[in-house]
Amino acid sequence: MGSITLYIVPAILVLVPLLGLLKKLPVYELFVTGAAEGLRMSVQILPYLLAVLVGVAVFRASGAFNAIADLIAPLTNLLGIPADVLPLMLMRPLSGSGALAIAADIINTSGPDSFTGLLASVLQGSTDTTFYILSVYFGAIGITRYRYALRVGLTADLISMLASCVICHLLFA
Amino acid sequence: MLDWIWFLLLAIGVVYGIATGNVNAVTEAAFAAANNTVVLILEICGLMCLWLGLLKIAEASGLVAKLGKLLSPLIRRLFPDVPASHPAFSFIMMNAAANLLGLGNAATPFGIKAMEQLQTLNPRKDTATPAMITLLVMNTSCITLLPTMVISLRVSANSADPTAIIGATVLASSIGLLCALLLDSLMRKKQGGA
Repeated sequence: MGSITLYIVPAILVLVPLLGLLKKLPVYELFVTGAAEGLRMSVQILPYLLAVLVGVAVFRASGAFNAIADLIAPLTNLLGIPADVLPLMLMRPLSGSGALAIAADIINTSGPDSFTGLLASVLQGSTDTTFYILSVYFGAIGITRYRYALRVGLTADLISMLASCVICHLLFA
Repeated sequence: MLDWIWFLLLAIGVVYGIATGNVNAVTEAAFAAANNTVVLILEICGLMCLWLGLLKIAEASGLVAKLGKLLSPLIRRLFPDVPASHPAFSFIMMNAAANLLGLGNAATPFGIKAMEQLQTLNPRKDTATPAMITLLVMNTSCITLLPTMVISLRVSANSADPTAIIGATVLASSIGLLCALLLDSLMRKKQGGA
């Protein structure tokens, strides 16, 4: 698997323009036209992403995030979720870089092969940053009414996380 | 719903910051986050340009349309509101492939192209369609085959077995995706389709 992913990007870099040349297409011009779209998309996404990231940053920096994690830790302890991992579970849907920092901290302090370290690894790897994806994908096309998207996304995150806990208890405990 | 979540993040942060004498950190965090967003966008922007440039060539050479035709009937069934031959399917397919291969920076521009195609079918341009929500859910709950970031974290923490978590990660993320798609189709039916 590792070696396949190693060659995928280089292969695409050669094969896609080659196929275009064989079809007598102006590949350089096409590439530049397409690349310009990336610029437009990035500018379009920026305000949506900024709104989400500022909200999460304020919430975190105030200390409210840690206070809430401390508050519900006794409850999640009953479910067999170590208190150290709870902040990661709460941060994972909100902020990709925030969650990564917490995961790195847990893996380093508890040890990568401890139960807590393994669970943190699986949690970090198996779910994604729902708020980020929502603001980027919907922001890019100007959707502001999300309907039930957030509910489905966050419920799915919760299910993935609970599944991670159960699987880690079965495999590593 | 997002209006309220966003407001609560800000309001709880500010009130808690004032109550604990931490209000300076709140202000600084808000400014830093605004600045960091621009840095983040600049980082994403270059890769988006690269992938969209290649995509344009692939589109013109007919490769994208061919990929769309290869699409398994299973994925097509996830989008009942989208006409079978619609170009959105090519981009959905490429988005899913990039996600599975762990090419996150390619998945995003392909996903946005798919969203733009789905937007052409949308009667109310500010409101998400069920197909858009399904595509979104496929991205937020995607199966992770190779959690490269986590593995490198574990390597740098001197793990005895850095890849020990791959099986558990694949399993947990698969369960997540299945449940997400199930939830999505339940919600779509509850809300009465388009």
